[in-house]
Amino acid sequence: MSIVQIEAAAQAAEAAPEQAIEGRSQWQLTWRRLSHDKVAVASLIVIVIMIALAIAAPAFAALTGHPADTAYPNTGENAAGLPVGPGTHGFWLGTDGTGRDLLVRIFYGARISLFVGIITTAIAAVAGVTIGMIAGYFGGLIDTVLSRFVDAVLAFPYVVLALALAVVLGPSLPVIVGVIAFFSWAGIARIVRGQTLSIKEKEYIEAARSLGAGPFRIMFVHILPNLLAPVLVLSTLYIPQAIIFESTLSYLGLGIQPPTASWGNILGDAQSFYQQAWWYVVFPAGALLITTLAFNLLGDGIRDAMDPRTERIFAASRARKRARRKARAGQGGNLPAASAPGEA
Amino acid sequence: MSVPGAEQTTAQQANGQVPAAPDGDDILVRVEHVKKHFPIRSVGFTRRTVGQVQAVDDVSLTIPRGRTLGLVGETGCGKSTLARCVAGLIPVTSGTITFEGQQISGLSRRAMQPFRREIQMIFQDPYGSLNPRQRVGSIIGEPFAIHNLASGNDRKKRVQELMERVGLNPEHFNRFPAEFSGGQRQRIGVARALAVRPKLIICDEPVSALDVSIQAQVLNLLADLQEEFGLSYLFIAHDLEVVRHVSHAVSVMYLGRIAEAGPKDPVYDHARHPYTAALLSAAPAADPKTAAQRQRVILVGDVPSPIDPPSGCRFHPRCPKAQELCSHEDPPLEVKAGDEVTHVAACHFPVADGENLAAAGATAGSAIGGSEPQ
Repeated sequence: MSIVQIEAAAQAAEAAPEQAIEGRSQWQLTWRRLSHDKVAVASLIVIVIMIALAIAAPAFAALTGHPADTAYPNTGENAAGLPVGPGTHGFWLGTDGTGRDLLVRIFYGARISLFVGIITTAIAAVAGVTIGMIAGYFGGLIDTVLSRFVDAVLAFPYVVLALALAVVLGPSLPVIVGVIAFFSWAGIARIVRGQTLSIKEKEYIEAARSLGAGPFRIMFVHILPNLLAPVLVLSTLYIPQAIIFESTLSYLGLGIQPPTASWGNILGDAQSFYQQAWWYVVFPAGALLITTLAFNLLGDGIRDAMDPRTERIFAASRARKRARRKARAGQGGNLPAASAPGEA
Repeated sequence: MSVPGAEQTTAQQANGQVPAAPDGDDILVRVEHVKKHFPIRSVGFTRRTVGQVQAVDDVSLTIPRGRTLGLVGETGCGKSTLARCVAGLIPVTSGTITFEGQQISGLSRRAMQPFRREIQMIFQDPYGSLNPRQRVGSIIGEPFAIHNLASGNDRKKRVQELMERVGLNPEHFNRFPAEFSGGQRQRIGVARALAVRPKLIICDEPVSALDVSIQAQVLNLLADLQEEFGLSYLFIAHDLEVVRHVSHAVSVMYLGRIAEAGPKDPVYDHARHPYTAALLSAAPAADPKTAAQRQRVILVGDVPSPIDPPSGCRFHPRCPKAQELCSHEDPPLEVKAGDEVTHVAACHFPVADGENLAAAGATAGSAIGGSEPQ
């Protein structure tokens, strides 16, 4: 090591504590780790694009000149009355069984899927957190009653019951949202109850009680903010489930009713044409697959980013990177020691 | 409880004799015959009570106004349980606690609320006792919010004054606890306790999680605050030197009972209870000369279980001076020959000044070690 290099290293070491002191909240740290996770970032981009396309669905309808519910018997169907393929007569992804623009309908379907997925998960998260937190915090009889109720909801054969409810209440968007939310909150409630049980034993809860804080203050000021991280992860993983649930109901004809497009009912209609029109199945199914996969991968990414133990994975990859850089620098005869303390 | 009734009566009578502080009127807190037993329930549907952990068993003590009472003892002897009873965090099983003559044990949460302003607590773990999601400003400002004392800019001003008073940079009120060191976090805890201007602060091992150099800073801060605000402290620790440094009076606890109590110097210089003597001999001495001269009393065995405490004197299975009497008669807490009236010990065979307990331990310890399975 030359004197210059040693000086550079010393300067870096001096500069390093300055960097370390700069405080980061847990959310900032999570975001930092998440932004290094290529899969999670890609998933996030896919989700953002999907949301943008869903919002822009009417614009696409205007662009192609094909409103979602308009059938084009002359251009959208061939002589045999079957759907036309992608690229024919200005239908980018072809048409569906009644000669409507498939692309426009998939975008309109995205509106339904994303809306149902996000709204039901939001309702389920609020209900699950409320019930789980009350059960965990108060314990005793309240906990027993609520926990058994959660167990009962989780024990239902939910698809069968959801079908029954959809039939009895009549299929409509609010009913779908209600039914899916009803079968989603229990899982969240169970996790939240467990978390609450552990947080409630922390010393800062005792400190709050010794200050005279009541149960509501303790729950909302001290427990809830510490629950948000696991609930966020869980919610991200519940969104794709809700999307699939909605598609299942719509596929079976008990969800979103035609002519409103939903990925589920498009696929349901497509089954009579799958031998003649591959695009009719592949594109809506692909949209469903990509969206649910993106939400699942993002959820996994957030979970990893929030768990400090996964830091080690990044530390290992960083160490590899450092070693590689060192090797490269060694060939060039220039050691970038300055970067090492900052990264530690 | 499993201790036969006769012995219990003796103990109660004995503890009733705890002498009041010199100035009887200036007692801030009086703890009388407090018991805290935790039920042990069977696993399963019935959840029958199958036993009791006698965490605190018939303890009486007084905390004088403006003074510090040190409470020492091993881990698991019931110090923290007693502190939580006094702070009103857990209900007592029996006995009474009075604050300025008003009973505070057995009150409902609402009835306890005014006393919460008078009694505050500083916790052992500076990491666990601060909510990691709360900013420092709202941690210290929380007592103002709970008791509706100040809001908005006024609250912020008072929080910053408190931060300055405990030696924190008031500019840092927007930071999270994770951005502070252990000593700074403990200062945050002190500021929070100080916010409502309490009369009593219960310090539950406030410095045992800190570095020695930081310990001194926090202890000096507590001493300064005592002088400035006339605070009383119930100071719990297992570090005897720390307790000697901060306390005016000391109570030594062993297995849920008070073994010895009195003003600091008599207890430290003329320990009567063999347990106190053993504790003192075990404390590391800063001066190597003292350390070399000292006779170390080695106790045999572990602390017995508070679920099934030993009969008679609770210390007898480990005591180097134990005799037949100790195993069946519970010694009362009383003044021993030649001591001040405020210095009491619960022992049938108190240690005389200059007595070599270590030698006694060598013989009696081995005899007991043979008869008592460890």
